[in-house]
Amino acid sequence: MKFTLSWLKDHLTTDASLDDILKKLNAIGLEVEGVENPADALAPFKVAHILSAEPHPDADKLRVCKVTDGTNEMQIVCGAPNARAGIKVVLGQPGDYVPGLDFTLGKAKIRGVESSGMMCSYRELELGDDHDGIIELPEDAPVGTSFVEYAKLDEPMIEIAITPNRQDCLGVYGIARDLAAAGLGTLKPLSDAAVAGTFESDVKVAINLPADQAHACPLFVGRKFTGVKNGPSPKWLQERLKAIGLRPISALVDITNYISYDLGRPLHVYDANKLSGNLQARLANAGESFLALDGKTYTCKGGETVIADDTNVLGFGGVIGGEDSGCTEETTDVVLECALFDPIATTMTGRAHGINTDARYRFERGVDSQFVHQGFEIASQMILDLCGGEPSERFEAGATPDWKHTVPFRSERVKTLGGVDLRAETSVAILEKLGFEVVGSDPYTVHVPSWRVDVVGEADIVEEVLRIHGYDNIPSVQLPATDHKAGTTLSARQKTSRAVKRRLASVGMHEAVTWSFMKRENAVLFGGGDESLVVDNPISSELDCMRPSVLPNLIEAAGRNADRGAASVALFEVGGVYKDDSENGQHLIATGIRAGDASPRHWEGGARKVNVFDAKRDALAALEAALAPVANLQAFDEAPDYYHPGRSGTLRLGPKNILASFGELHPRVLKALDVDGPVVGFEVYLDAIPAQRKSGAAKGAMNVSKFQSVERDFAFLVSKDAKAGDLIRAVKGADKQFITDVTIFDLYDGKGVPEGHTSVAVTVTLEPKGETFADKDIEAIAAKVVAAAEKAVGATLRG
Amino acid sequence: MQEQISALKEDITARIDAASDLAALEDIRVAALGKKGSVSELMKGLGRMSPEERKEMGPALNSLKNDVADAITARKDVLEEAALDARLKSEKVDITLPVLDHAAGSVHPISQVMDEIAEIFASLGFDVAEGPDIESDFHNFTALNIPPEHPARQDHDTFYLKPDANGDRKVLRTHTSPVQIRTMLSKEPPIRIIAPGRTYRSDSDATHTPMFHQVEGLVIDRDTHLGHLKGTLEAFLKAFFEVDAVTLRLRPSYFPFTEPSMEVDVQCSFEGGTVKIGDGNDWLEILGSGMVNPKVLEACNLDPNVYQGFAFGCGIDRLAMLKYGMNDLRAFFDADLRWLKHYGFRALDLPTIAGGLSR
Repeated sequence: MKFTLSWLKDHLTTDASLDDILKKLNAIGLEVEGVENPADALAPFKVAHILSAEPHPDADKLRVCKVTDGTNEMQIVCGAPNARAGIKVVLGQPGDYVPGLDFTLGKAKIRGVESSGMMCSYRELELGDDHDGIIELPEDAPVGTSFVEYAKLDEPMIEIAITPNRQDCLGVYGIARDLAAAGLGTLKPLSDAAVAGTFESDVKVAINLPADQAHACPLFVGRKFTGVKNGPSPKWLQERLKAIGLRPISALVDITNYISYDLGRPLHVYDANKLSGNLQARLANAGESFLALDGKTYTCKGGETVIADDTNVLGFGGVIGGEDSGCTEETTDVVLECALFDPIATTMTGRAHGINTDARYRFERGVDSQFVHQGFEIASQMILDLCGGEPSERFEAGATPDWKHTVPFRSERVKTLGGVDLRAETSVAILEKLGFEVVGSDPYTVHVPSWRVDVVGEADIVEEVLRIHGYDNIPSVQLPATDHKAGTTLSARQKTSRAVKRRLASVGMHEAVTWSFMKRENAVLFGGGDESLVVDNPISSELDCMRPSVLPNLIEAAGRNADRGAASVALFEVGGVYKDDSENGQHLIATGIRAGDASPRHWEGGARKVNVFDAKRDALAALEAALAPVANLQAFDEAPDYYHPGRSGTLRLGPKNILASFGELHPRVLKALDVDGPVVGFEVYLDAIPAQRKSGAAKGAMNVSKFQSVERDFAFLVSKDAKAGDLIRAVKGADKQFITDVTIFDLYDGKGVPEGHTSVAVTVTLEPKGETFADKDIEAIAAKVVAAAEKAVGATLRG
Repeated sequence: MQEQISALKEDITARIDAASDLAALEDIRVAALGKKGSVSELMKGLGRMSPEERKEMGPALNSLKNDVADAITARKDVLEEAALDARLKSEKVDITLPVLDHAAGSVHPISQVMDEIAEIFASLGFDVAEGPDIESDFHNFTALNIPPEHPARQDHDTFYLKPDANGDRKVLRTHTSPVQIRTMLSKEPPIRIIAPGRTYRSDSDATHTPMFHQVEGLVIDRDTHLGHLKGTLEAFLKAFFEVDAVTLRLRPSYFPFTEPSMEVDVQCSFEGGTVKIGDGNDWLEILGSGMVNPKVLEACNLDPNVYQGFAFGCGIDRLAMLKYGMNDLRAFFDADLRWLKHYGFRALDLPTIAGGLSR
């Protein structure tokens, strides 16, 4: 909502400075979004006089003018067709900034002739679109005075944000009323005079709505005017509309716009000679159509509130009027409409047809029911004042709906809800200043004024009191302490998420946060893309489907980083993926990728690219941080099909509960994402990790052997089909009492190893319990190890 | 005999001193003290001596043997020291060569700021609640007193999923406020929660992205009022921005789910392109808040005549930008390693009340 300071002062008598007004607007909830004063940019421009204008020696269209600002005389080369001796102009001199051209004037030579300054057009000063020539001021314009002062441009334009509840402030009058209640001045009363009609209108109006839709248009007031003259509106009106960004059209249209912004009272004017028969408000039939004032043809879906004549739909009531019944410069007879339209019906019609107008904006927030007749008469008088003509008697259909309602108010609620200790009389006085009628004694009955449809409950009344008393007066109070226990702030899941993030960051990965939605094709590649997870109105087709996996986002990010020269990329994200659109369809997953170098080229050697085991290691680090029982996990060589089929796997707790997948990404997937490999990645399904059964902080006694442990190495020959995991599990199980660790320290399949086999070098750590091992004890365990290895994977000791 | 001993001692000592390496010294030791060494041979002569001679020569020969052994040990120490010096000298490396760094990753500023916020509110007795990103219309709008025709719905730039068989459309939550509803529906007051998380609106420029993060706060009990809201927000902002004091400006505003409602500005200065919170001549809009609307309490089956409380909502990304000086929100979600390394946090920089929120 925009208005100028002088416009506000039409309704408000006040000595307050602009700054105080702005502060008060903010304080009462009318947030100031900006203040502009065209005078600020145009301060240096002066009224000047062209003394002479001679043709330029080298250019037909240019003139060389001698110009005076009253003290100095200067030469200016000008291309405007109207530049001629004797006229008064607006002068900019070297050093002055011309806003419409976005440059600062300097001394110049134009086709060889010195020019020091510029005579400006309206467009160059951003005062309008006119660029046919330079501004010609009236002859009596005093040479040498400031143009801003002369043209009375020193007019601050204030823009405020109006929250959806404050329809009453969608007119300048309402803003003045609120400021006056807040003590910033006195509200000037509006005229309540009625125009005396001189004849009975031949056009009448009827409301033909079904009983259950009567609220769609409860009241329609009209008047016919004959013999009006619809030329351009007067300058003051045009200036006001222009100052708030509206384009003046014609006197009649400008009047309706002006009343809408001045009083928050939308109106419509029909050309009476284009109507066939009478007006009526009714519901639209499906398929009816009309050409609207925005130049578009709308076809009714059926059920919209329309204004129609005997043959045609003229417009959507409260939303937009029709072009065919609109006023033009030739219009002589008009019908003025001032009606009430239901907020919800207005919203639905506007939304269904995608129409946003000032009228819709006001009606959907609730126009003052009580103000229809007064607003109508003020508008009628304005038409007579500006366009002349003869007014008919008022005609109307429907009735003012019952807007009256009351709200009970306990004055203590200002303290117990609002925190401000205020005497009841103070609260009552504030409410009365705002136009509320306060009846009875505490608890009071508050009668809400017609323009405050938003006030429905006691909390609203408290807000009104506090708003005017000043939110700054709310004291700052600490919440009482509770017996909140340390460590209960975060849920186990949140703690897991936190720990996993910091663990992955500590192994060299960088945390990313990427969109929850992605291109549907990408989602399909990763097992998603279901119709139920497609965004109906995406911001772009690149972001139209909820992600089934974070991998594609991270892989594409790896590609972008590689394009920027990153030789090594390690990214992770801990966040949701979406399996379905239910409450339980969102799963928390830790996802990571590595691409490019695992170790860079270095003088110490060891350069290599990332491989599947990097991803496995990352997954295990994340699982360990998530307190998953890592020692009990089994690796299965089955993984989702977006991984390389031979270089991927899953980590499971038991055969079914998959806690993580990892692997090298499938080359086909990388190609589809247009990213060069190798890229390896993992996904840890944090929700699948069993909850910890924790009974206390104690970790239990430490139980370590006092005897030194012993290592024994074995070299097994195993078939290439055998799995290292099976071998290790078998060896570990060979003697559960003494074997504490088994690991593989070498793999060899070169000379001396039979075809189809691998030599696997295993270290077994043995820990004595009661006494140190004798040789025969170790031999016995070794025999068990060999037997178990043979049984599990057909391993034989290498000779 | 005595002369012979002296001469031998002199000779051996001279050779020991001349020994240039451990091998030569060992040869000398064998030649003197070995089984057939010169000193050993002399010792063997003791058996053939008369008791008187033996009484005189015994100690002399023993002394010779000990002196020679000591001299060898001393020389050995010297030679070993020299050998070690020589080896160390040969082992010298260029310690200016670059090493491979321990891989250092980073935590995203959003995670860090969420951790900071949780830390602050933990000290005020709040829990951290969560809700799904894909929400029902009821939780995101209707229960929050935003019926279908409400103009505020248009301000939300809502993303919808495709309608289901019944024509119902799920929404991507436009704010974290549905977590208020979920919490009140599942938990008896007193309630003190914050709810950080992802939110979505169809908007994109330097300060708006289609996905962003908010933190919601909700306190419900019997006597919490606007003064508590102000006190809590002051405590929060002071702790978050790590300043001694903050000045808040509360402006009446409108949110369908609170009444009275207010927007909160914090006093700040903009100097040299950076925002300084705490003092200055400017105001920065930082969050929206208010007392929970009785209609919202009713929608959650709480009696508004018994229970009341406050709620607030604040942009996490915006808080991060203000505190840590980023100027383009879009970069938060681009996973550019250069940005992550510059604005990210070390894994071990866990914000705590004791250790400070930022280092």
